[in-house]
Amino acid sequence: MSINRVLIYSLLGFVALIYLLPLVVMLITSLKDLDEIRTGTLLSLPQSLNFDAWGKAWGTACTGVSCEGLKGYFWNSVLIVVPAVVISTILGALNGYVLTKWKFKGSDLFFGMLLIGTMIPFQVILLPMARTLGFLGLSGTTSGLIMVHVIYGLAFTTLFFRNYYISIPNELVNAARIDGAGFWLIFWRIIIPVSIPIIVVSVIWQFTQIWNDFLFGVVYSSGDSQPITVALNNLVNTSTGIKEYNVDMAAAIIAALPTLLVYVVAGKYFVKGLTAGAVKG
Amino acid sequence: MKISKLFLSISLALGLTAGAQAAEIEVLHYWTSGGEAKSVAELKKMLEAKGHDWKDFAVAGGGGESAMTVLKTRVVSGNPPAAAQIKGPSIQEWGDEGVLANLSAVAKAEGWDDLLPSVVADVMKYDGKYVAVPVNVHRVNWMWVNPEVFEKADANVPTTWKEFFVAADKIKAAGMTAVAHGGQPWQDATMFESVVLGTAGAEFYKQAFVVLDPEALNSPTMIDALKTFHKIKNYTDPGSPGRDWNLATAMVINGEAGMQFMGDWAKGEFTAAGKVPGKDYICTAAPGTANDFTFNIDSFVMFNLEDKEQRKGQNDLASTVLSVPFQEVFNLNKGSIPARLNMSMDKFDDCAKLSAKDFVKTAEANTLVPSMAHGMSTFSSTQGAIYDTVTEFYNSDSITAEEAAAKLVKAVAAAKY
Amino acid sequence: MKKKSSAPRQSLGNLLPKLVVAPTFVIAIIFIYGFMLLNAWLSFSSSRLLPTYDWAGTIQYEKLFANDRWWVAAENLLLFGGLFIVICLLLGLFLAIFLDQKIRAEGAIRTIYLYPMALSFIVTGTAWKWILNPELGVQRLVREMGFESFTFDWLVNTEMAIYTVVIAGVWQSSGFVMALCLAGLRGIDDNIIKAAKVDGASMPLIYRKIIIPGLRPVFFSALIVLTHIAIKSFDLIVALTGGGPGFATDVPATFMYTYSFTRGQIGLGSAASMMMLMAVAAIIVPYLYSELRKKKDEH
Repeated sequence: MSINRVLIYSLLGFVALIYLLPLVVMLITSLKDLDEIRTGTLLSLPQSLNFDAWGKAWGTACTGVSCEGLKGYFWNSVLIVVPAVVISTILGALNGYVLTKWKFKGSDLFFGMLLIGTMIPFQVILLPMARTLGFLGLSGTTSGLIMVHVIYGLAFTTLFFRNYYISIPNELVNAARIDGAGFWLIFWRIIIPVSIPIIVVSVIWQFTQIWNDFLFGVVYSSGDSQPITVALNNLVNTSTGIKEYNVDMAAAIIAALPTLLVYVVAGKYFVKGLTAGAVKG
Repeated sequence: MKISKLFLSISLALGLTAGAQAAEIEVLHYWTSGGEAKSVAELKKMLEAKGHDWKDFAVAGGGGESAMTVLKTRVVSGNPPAAAQIKGPSIQEWGDEGVLANLSAVAKAEGWDDLLPSVVADVMKYDGKYVAVPVNVHRVNWMWVNPEVFEKADANVPTTWKEFFVAADKIKAAGMTAVAHGGQPWQDATMFESVVLGTAGAEFYKQAFVVLDPEALNSPTMIDALKTFHKIKNYTDPGSPGRDWNLATAMVINGEAGMQFMGDWAKGEFTAAGKVPGKDYICTAAPGTANDFTFNIDSFVMFNLEDKEQRKGQNDLASTVLSVPFQEVFNLNKGSIPARLNMSMDKFDDCAKLSAKDFVKTAEANTLVPSMAHGMSTFSSTQGAIYDTVTEFYNSDSITAEEAAAKLVKAVAAAKY
Repeated sequence: MKKKSSAPRQSLGNLLPKLVVAPTFVIAIIFIYGFMLLNAWLSFSSSRLLPTYDWAGTIQYEKLFANDRWWVAAENLLLFGGLFIVICLLLGLFLAIFLDQKIRAEGAIRTIYLYPMALSFIVTGTAWKWILNPELGVQRLVREMGFESFTFDWLVNTEMAIYTVVIAGVWQSSGFVMALCLAGLRGIDDNIIKAAKVDGASMPLIYRKIIIPGLRPVFFSALIVLTHIAIKSFDLIVALTGGGPGFATDVPATFMYTYSFTRGQIGLGSAASMMMLMAVAAIIVPYLYSELRKKKDEH
């Protein structure tokens, strides 16, 4: 191996170690007991593997008057994330299709409008959105929360699909049209089959955003339909009580597991999907 | 409204139901973990014994900041909870919005006016009517002391600020941290108000933090207090900024630090570590405040609801909160003292007994003052403005006490309208 | 973008595409622009605890401009945003270039660089606080290795705390830029590089003259995403410093949240968010305009 190669490997490895540090700290801490945490340093290894904190975070830690850990909230998050991701991805794909293959007067302007929309700070919309949800009778419901996530995810999914579809030759679409294919048939037969990479990108992005969301979740859900981030926050925060850092860390990792898994498993496709087109806009 | 229908049908397909059921009492609170959560669970049990459903609405974080955000959006959406944890003058702000329920009937039936000290009762009333019910009384002006550290450093537990600096110097010289402090705005403010109270007395304190008199805020007395406050920083350790209060308490418990200025909730940390008051640690009033009492009262405010069943539930909740069994179990857990008078303190520890005694005593002597740092003396906007100035001054070495006092006046005035 | 982008037209189907995007259009009009207008109104109202739609003139803006904390927040956003974007772009580019050298275990390393994207700061905040805390984290570790005078106390230093926010922000987002750049590198035609090599060009020269300019669209995509992240940074600040020491690391997003929701000064908070929106518009609109113009020129 040449010196250059050694340098490259050690540099990449060093950066990787730094990137891993926060996760390692969390993992180590979750396996220690409270005394070890008080006396040891951040990276001192636990004396014995102790999974009590994990069990507690999952099953018995308090997140309000109920002390049943995170397990129930995990399912809540799934119920919110799945429909929201599916709907926003479908709408984004349709929008992207229209904005590239069925352009109309003002479609570029419309796209620009949506892009600016991605920059709106979410804190601004909290109160008017609450009013709207109340008006629609969706206040404090899972449906309402799903709706909010779809609305504010649309700009991103549209952006992804538009930038991807722009690289599909229009000739393909034109030829199909001459053969008599209509709007939906072209979408279904020509566009969708080549869309897998960008669907993966959109799903990963939306899944991460919505799973990790706290602000909308805390404001627009109520009681036992709260998502896991809200439960995590309740578990970790205490105004005047003891902090059990090992349980906190275990809970944090549990809450992060699905998104971590998605990145580990689908990370390859994420980069592929980006390669396939999202970067050409 | 095509979209809303779409979502509705999707959610129905998933087997979710929308909307609240009648006679459910939804309670927004930020007591979500450990002993606090267990105490609230007691309340839930007691309410359920009266035939109501408790719908838990817990939002933790930042001393209730997240909970307040959620509460606002819920009120704006026209769907307020039955009860919410709101305290101090904020109750008046919510009263101004016209969204609070009237508890006069239950208050009269149970004679709250006689049960509660008038200082407490005043906080719970809007426009002369009860709208809230108190859970507890915290004393904020405590100083937590590790006697072993003082022994090692050959120092005496201070009762005045002059003695404080003598003792702090000795502890510092002995190689330990004199003051365990968590550098977060609310903790800075907690320490600051104890300094003001200890150096200038209750009368001045009220003039500055309750009346918000510009002349008091920018007086030589205030400048002296600011100087004393800033001097304490020399006796804290470099890791203090951003530290959570309980980690600071742990420093006192471990003998790394000699003392901490914190309210009586710190006691829970000592108890959890198996320490005994009077032996392993000492609770004493902050220097110069032995005859004063800064109070911090947690309370539940009831919102105006249409449903008759729910209104009955609110009344039952209020009377449960004030009941002797709940007041006892809750405050034993939380380190505070009961809000209602004439309760047996037998089960409480010495710190709580002292607190209860001082509470009555200071109320008579007119040295019972609301805690500025904990939102008991001003609206949240003014409290925030004072926080900003105090914490900026404490963290900076380039702002003089005179400048800070002038800033205080300016910030308080800007927050008013 | 060499393809002609005029779309096929259908006589009857003309309406259908518009119908398909109509829901999104309505959503954007109501939930983005309608709400912005409402916010604009609130910024001219006397709203405190809850919104009241009255007219109070420009008093909220006057208060905002007289507020020291606001200017600290605005300055912090410029500082944080600028550094965050530049460092993310550079680091992402270099990591991608190094990873593109036919590295063994590329998949694993890439995943490690990418995983912070998967985590919110609600999850990693505490760990970060510990790492950056002088008494607990890096400073203590290095000192225990024998470097007694090593100091890393940025988190607790009023002047430096904002840079720790940059560090954590870069940690979270640089992997994403790396992925984008890697994707861009893989998309560049190998033949051009081979031809350049035949002509005797050195690798650094090829990177400088051919490859990096070829990544231009990647940088633009990354810039949009990074700007969006920088402006909305909220969890990051709250989890890491809570805006402190003092309010030294406050940014407009935390400022407006604090005033609107914690302090019951919705009017002032709305004025702050209007300033944010205007700043965003000032950056994004010219960029969009030039991009759309450019596309037209290409045809």
